[in-house]
Amino acid sequence: MSENYVPSSKFGKWFNDRLPLLTLSKHLTDYPTPKNLNYWWTFGGILTFCLISQIITGIVLGMHYVAHADMAFSSIEHIMRDVNYGWLIRYIHSNGASMFFLAVYIHIFRSLFYGSYRSPREIIWILGMLIYLLMMATAFMGYVLPWGQMSFWGATVITNLFSAIPLVGESIVTWLWGGYSVDNPTLTRFFSLHYLFPFLILGLVVLHIWALHVPGNNNPIGIDIKKPSKDTVPFHPYITIKDLFALLIFMTIFAGFIFFAPNILGHSDNYIEANPLVTPKHIVPEWYLLPFYAILRAVPDKLGGVVLMLGSIFILMALPWLDSSKVRSTVFRPLYKKFFWLLVIDVLALGYVGAMPAEGLYLLIARVGTIYYFAHFLIVLPVLSRIEKTEPVPLSISEPVLGGMLKPEMARSDRKDV
Amino acid sequence: MDKPEKKGNRRDFIFTASYTVGAIGVGATIWPLIDQMNPDSSVKALASTEVDISQIEPGKSVTVLWRGKPVFIKRRTQEEIAEAQSVSLDDLPHPEKDQDRVKNPEWLVMLGICTHLGCVPLSDKGEYNGWFCPCHGSHYDTSGRIRKGPAPTNMEIPKYAFVDDNTIKIG
Repeated sequence: MSENYVPSSKFGKWFNDRLPLLTLSKHLTDYPTPKNLNYWWTFGGILTFCLISQIITGIVLGMHYVAHADMAFSSIEHIMRDVNYGWLIRYIHSNGASMFFLAVYIHIFRSLFYGSYRSPREIIWILGMLIYLLMMATAFMGYVLPWGQMSFWGATVITNLFSAIPLVGESIVTWLWGGYSVDNPTLTRFFSLHYLFPFLILGLVVLHIWALHVPGNNNPIGIDIKKPSKDTVPFHPYITIKDLFALLIFMTIFAGFIFFAPNILGHSDNYIEANPLVTPKHIVPEWYLLPFYAILRAVPDKLGGVVLMLGSIFILMALPWLDSSKVRSTVFRPLYKKFFWLLVIDVLALGYVGAMPAEGLYLLIARVGTIYYFAHFLIVLPVLSRIEKTEPVPLSISEPVLGGMLKPEMARSDRKDV
Repeated sequence: MDKPEKKGNRRDFIFTASYTVGAIGVGATIWPLIDQMNPDSSVKALASTEVDISQIEPGKSVTVLWRGKPVFIKRRTQEEIAEAQSVSLDDLPHPEKDQDRVKNPEWLVMLGICTHLGCVPLSDKGEYNGWFCPCHGSHYDTSGRIRKGPAPTNMEIPKYAFVDDNTIKIG
């Protein structure tokens, strides 16, 4: 075990006695990982890549960008046209944000499906949700920096959400703006915080991984396993090479966006400089915030809309305590599995209507979708997790495989729990 | 047991006093860091704008920028004034008489900002012939009062005064 690890070289031993970095590195390579992890488990590594990529390209962009209301827009064009490879670095950064969210949504839904948020992994889940919140704040402020029309009006609409707070709302908005409207003071502080937040995220990621390494990974059949045992493989080289392969495929898609459709996920209005006198006909946030935007607009009351929108995110933090099923993995929960996919469709539908005008059928779908979203977590999940008759769960990962079964999820244990 | 308890109380007092002084010190240190984000003196200094309104025809409006926010100055027609004045207060989500929203019924001066989430409404649009906010679908009437949609209140009236017949001073 890594706790008793002694480096072979004399210098290594001398160093490790003073700062046990080599023990840490040994822990990371030997870390026992369930041997049945599928490709949905590769997104942790992919997300780490996304964060590092955003930080590196962001630092480079910060060397050329000018955070001033009069110059920000043209400094972006300067990066695109004059700076060597500026276009490439900016497209990596702007599309990187989208890829980051794509990966994080897959990562979150993987946790939802396999019950990775369940005891004893609640803290990992809550840290993950905090990372997700910081990601949204960072992405929002980053989108403001080019100072185009969508930047300006997106900033106006989102900061105005705080004006829904009774009594102090207006003062909070003025404080956020540093003026009486979104203007230069708002831009400069957003730039400062947009630079800071990724490092806060990095700190939370370290805690997220630390918390993960206490109980170890969950796995597709969601059972507790002995570590290390026949059910585990060392992280290196088994998981590192699998993560790397998944990352290469992810990077291929990423590169496809950068080189062939770099603006497809953006909004063309953001190539018009910010104008405080003209609101674009149709304000939409970036695609990854659309489901929440749909919830905001589904409610015909200002405060109510804001409360439900924030509630839709914070309700996820309570998830470990809303789900009380004895079985972690949805693989063995046939009825809940249907509702899980209904939730996926619901969130995708909310995302779609969030991009459409808030009227007619779209508004109706947004309202039905919002009701189901909350019903799923507050009614379906708590009730179903108590009454659903789950399928029998294998006793170990190896058992069904060695018993000649092709798919672990098809396996039956000794029928004691039937 | 009486004596040690007394001693404990004296120590408790010192602890509480130290915590209090410490908390005040921390608060006094943090406040400048928070207040620096509030509007600075240069922003506050741009407090008023004068506008020449002699060129505005009835039924037309101009939009001027005041404190970074658009202000609508609309010269209303007789029909629009009549429409605004004839509405029953019971039909309004945020009841305000048209007379209370104008200094001179012909001129409507208001902040052109939707009270929902701060977009700029489009003029001569919507179901009440006033303004319509394209962001989230709020309808305002010819007095800038909210009639339908998510906005909670009527569009705000800024402080303004007629300097003479052709000039309005906002702020």
